[in-house]
Amino acid sequence: MMKDLRFRDRAKAEELARLIERLAPAEPVKLVHICGTHEVTITEFGLRSLLPPQVEILEGPGCPVCVTPVEHIDEAVALAEQGHIVTTFGDMARVPGTRKSLEGARSEGADVRIVYSIADAVELARKAAKEVIFFAIGFETTAPTVAAAMLDGVPDNFSLLVSHKLIPPAMAALLEGEHDISGFLAPGHVSTIIGLEPYRIFPEKYGMPVVIGGFEPLDILYSIALLLRQLREGTPKVENAYTRAVGSRGNLRAQEVLYEVFEVTDHYWRGMGLIPGSGLKLREEFSSWDARERFSLKVKSNESLHPGCRCAQVITAKATPDQCPLFSKGVCTPRTPYGPCMVGEEGMCHIWHRYGGRPKL
Amino acid sequence: MTIKQDERITLLHGAGGQLMGELLARLLKKFTRTSVESGIGLAELDDGAVIPLAGKNLVFTTDSHVVQPIFFPGGDIGRLAVAGTVNDLAVMGAQPLALSCGLVIPEGFPIAELERVLESMDRALEEAGAALITGDTKVLGHGELEGLIINTAGIGLAERVVTDAGLRLGDKLLVTGTIGDHGMALLAHREGLGFETTLESDVAPINHLIARALEVGGTGITAMKDPTRGGLASCLNELARKAKVGITVYESKIPMREEVCGLGELLGINPLEVANEGKAVIGVAPEKAEAVLEALRSHPLGRNAAIIGEATLDFPGKVILVTEVGGKRFLEDPIGDPVPRIC
Repeated sequence: MMKDLRFRDRAKAEELARLIERLAPAEPVKLVHICGTHEVTITEFGLRSLLPPQVEILEGPGCPVCVTPVEHIDEAVALAEQGHIVTTFGDMARVPGTRKSLEGARSEGADVRIVYSIADAVELARKAAKEVIFFAIGFETTAPTVAAAMLDGVPDNFSLLVSHKLIPPAMAALLEGEHDISGFLAPGHVSTIIGLEPYRIFPEKYGMPVVIGGFEPLDILYSIALLLRQLREGTPKVENAYTRAVGSRGNLRAQEVLYEVFEVTDHYWRGMGLIPGSGLKLREEFSSWDARERFSLKVKSNESLHPGCRCAQVITAKATPDQCPLFSKGVCTPRTPYGPCMVGEEGMCHIWHRYGGRPKL
Repeated sequence: MTIKQDERITLLHGAGGQLMGELLARLLKKFTRTSVESGIGLAELDDGAVIPLAGKNLVFTTDSHVVQPIFFPGGDIGRLAVAGTVNDLAVMGAQPLALSCGLVIPEGFPIAELERVLESMDRALEEAGAALITGDTKVLGHGELEGLIINTAGIGLAERVVTDAGLRLGDKLLVTGTIGDHGMALLAHREGLGFETTLESDVAPINHLIARALEVGGTGITAMKDPTRGGLASCLNELARKAKVGITVYESKIPMREEVCGLGELLGINPLEVANEGKAVIGVAPEKAEAVLEALRSHPLGRNAAIIGEATLDFPGKVILVTEVGGKRFLEDPIGDPVPRIC
């Protein structure tokens, strides 16, 4: 279809596939990427069918909606039920909390609005007579936009329910304890903000190759080839295969803004547990805009997944969706999701379902 | 399936995807007499029904049309109402004879606009070579109806009926032109993206184009279907499912306008999942495929016709898409109407 797109050239893709074949070791290799958008490209373009059978690429905790703890969803539901306006992104509203989802709360009369960015929520607050809460989820890519909005000034009836998370600590958590990961395809978007530095720990401490990759099919095939070359040469390092967007120091201005408003804290990740230094919270100076401080929020949350749901294994790259009985029997679908990986648009189960469930044809 | 008391119809039930299929399967059970003689009836869920009559095949079909806005780049609801029904007859192998027209008009609708719509219908009928021979008009009060509804039914005669279930192993799959034009033109227009000037709906009666293919292909034409709601993706899945064969199609061979492609990227909508209103998918025996392709290309509405794939043994009932970079994946039936991505 897109014949003229440089990053979708078929001859180059075939060339890269042959290179990957040559570089691939004889034994199984599991590569992990941490980004729903990577998964969409891999699945939509059928890239797994271009890889040799021993080379596997899985999604780690790269779907922000999927890793949001139930406790935070319960807090958002509680705020909505207290009569405030709760604003959030589309798929977040559908993830079930302990009692209900935000969408469920809305169907019972609560005021839950879907917004496309924090700017919409701030705008709403300026016009609304009620308290407006923005349920702030997402990784290093979305957090700076939220921070910038806070620095621009927000009305008094506006506050944040912060659930922002940081990618590198979650990648490190995957390597603690037993694992069979051979290399990371690091997320391009996140890397535009954070640069290369935060990934140095992986080759240095864990001997783990890292390649930062873009989002076109050739970007991904090229990144996989680089990872395999590092493995073959036994020289793990951080390589940037997305230089057209990622500078080695990242976006310094975004980092500055981010840490002017937020500070690092420990966070609970769905399916992974508590990860030290993996989340963000508002700094003391901004605490009056913290919904958790402003409102009394006592929730009793149940973080456990539906029996049989393998989201925890999918999020930690220990299983593919088709290894989950709920997925393979067709019980868990985007219309009737059992776990967050089927709800989140960037969740591996959701993406695999959309493209037929068996991406390695 | 357990039926809950509070189940309601949602828009997804009418979007031509999986959910609509489930609903139809359930509703069809309410009827006991669903065909005439040994003809094709309701159970086959084909584009039209067939009544065997004095050695000929009388083909009969009906369709209700609603579209927002009623005038859109490249066409209008009137042209759509004629083309929709004519094309449903044509892909059954029939030449259309006559159509009926049922109008449901909301109170306050400008008569001048109505006249424009009917004039457009007349032009489309002329192109198709069919007559409008009976009709009905109803007006509904304020608040009872938001837009114009046009129902058309049509009858035609077929020497040889072509169903959407006849695909055989090895058959080539042809499309009669560029894919995604109608759906993307409407989306662009609705989203106000300013693509209106370049991108137009493909809405057109294609019975003469198909007649040309049938002349050349004869019994080598094994299956036909028009990829309307649910787009090429839904159409191919139905052809594969009904014939119990696999279908492999090559993304790089699917004819597509650049604007359609670009807009799809921009909105996050797969052009293979949106409606076409002047196209057909045709299954042709391999030895006839090139001749049929040539015949199609010799007609102004078939200039961009292409062979896009073939029926295979792999995964009966499923459609495999070989992507532009050479990867493979299933091309799924869309769940419902595609909506623009939010981010």
